[in-house]
Amino acid sequence: MSAPELHVGGNPLLKYMRQEKLPHFFCPGCGCGQVITAFLKAAESLNLDPGTMVGIGGVGCTARIPVYIDMDCLHGVHGRTLAWATGIKLHKPDTKVVVFAGDGDALSIGGNHFIHAARRNLDVTFIVVNNFNFAMTGGQVAPMTPDGSVTMTTPYGSSEPPFDMCALAATAGATYVARTLTSNPAQMTSFLKNALDHKGFSVVEILSQCPTHFGRYALGTGSPKALVDWIKERSIPAAAAEKKPEEAVGKYLLGEFVNIERPVFRGSTVYPAAGEEGKK
Amino acid sequence: MKIMAVHVNKTLCKGCGLCMTVCPKNVYEITSETNRKGFNVVAAVRESDCIKCRRCEVTCPDMALWIED
Ligand SMILES: Cc1ncc(C[n+]2csc(CCOP(=O)(O)OP(=O)(O)O)c2C)c(N)n1
Ligand code: SF4
Ligand code: SF4
Ligand code: SF4
Ligand SMILES: [Mg+2]
Repeated sequence: MSAPELHVGGNPLLKYMRQEKLPHFFCPGCGCGQVITAFLKAAESLNLDPGTMVGIGGVGCTARIPVYIDMDCLHGVHGRTLAWATGIKLHKPDTKVVVFAGDGDALSIGGNHFIHAARRNLDVTFIVVNNFNFAMTGGQVAPMTPDGSVTMTTPYGSSEPPFDMCALAATAGATYVARTLTSNPAQMTSFLKNALDHKGFSVVEILSQCPTHFGRYALGTGSPKALVDWIKERSIPAAAAEKKPEEAVGKYLLGEFVNIERPVFRGSTVYPAAGEEGKK
Repeated sequence: MKIMAVHVNKTLCKGCGLCMTVCPKNVYEITSETNRKGFNVVAAVRESDCIKCRRCEVTCPDMALWIED
């Protein structure tokens, strides 16, 4: 049995981690760590070594995910993950680029990058950890906070409708779109696998628990389990929703919504191949 | 001799209790033992009941668990 160096006798996935940085900074019971496990399992099942990929995070709790994985990593510009990803893909089209974005990173400050990456079909996997708030900054209302939720900045409950980011991604042109949740690790792993295997802009929204801020403000408890259950109760498999639409009212649909092929973005000005100059 | 199957990495555990919520055999308990970060860690107090379903392993947000084959 090959034992990981620093944590002898430990979880075999630790070999993909920057072990000297562990334990990671996520709060007890935070969904971000579960996303790491599912991502590594998905990559492993495709024989993809995370060490050959570029992981990008902006700023936020979610954005720290690629910092802990032993992969090439860019971290630290809130909302601009897809601008970086575009540059890398234009320079090195064969490199696998994965973005880990919070709901704020992806849909608030980064919202415009998101729709245009989808329109262009940028060949990047975009994993959005939707914890329903700006977590790192203390739990403020965000574009996917459920209507009516108490947050740090909405003490009487928010009063604005949230984005359905999967519908937005599909409308804007993303070629793989799915939604899952942290309490179903098998589904999370399978959708991440399909996303990593997809050529084009692949978007996976993961409903995730932030017990420290969203849990405390919106539910009045910091219990990870309470928030995990709260998310489960508000979600329904898309197939079940089709059969019983009355049970799906106001709930998150879980499933794969788009899986199509179309040409990927290679830059608006592409150098012609030798001998092809002047031809359209 | 007892065969060890459920490994808890006490350095990584944060005592969140999520493993306890998914284990169908109620193998874990939070203990009074604290680790270097000050978290109360879990222990596999009913290890012999484990059916190796691995739910705890894929649920732990901290890679603190490992079920040996
Ligand atoms: C340009 C810029 N604006 C604002 C901030 C402050 N800021 C840091 S993290 C964050 C939001 C994080 O929310 P999200 O992206 O959902 O990630 P989470 O922490 O919830 O995982 C904000 C607004 C910043 N760092 N940079
Ligand atoms: S603040 Fe919330 S999202 Fe950030 S690490 Fe803690 S639980 Fe996770
Ligand atoms: S899920 Fe992991 S971190 Fe949480 S109590 Fe169990 S072993 Fe510890
Ligand atoms: S493998 Fe299954 S039965 Fe064994 S401790 Fe984990 S969750 Fe419980
Ligand atoms: Mg967030």
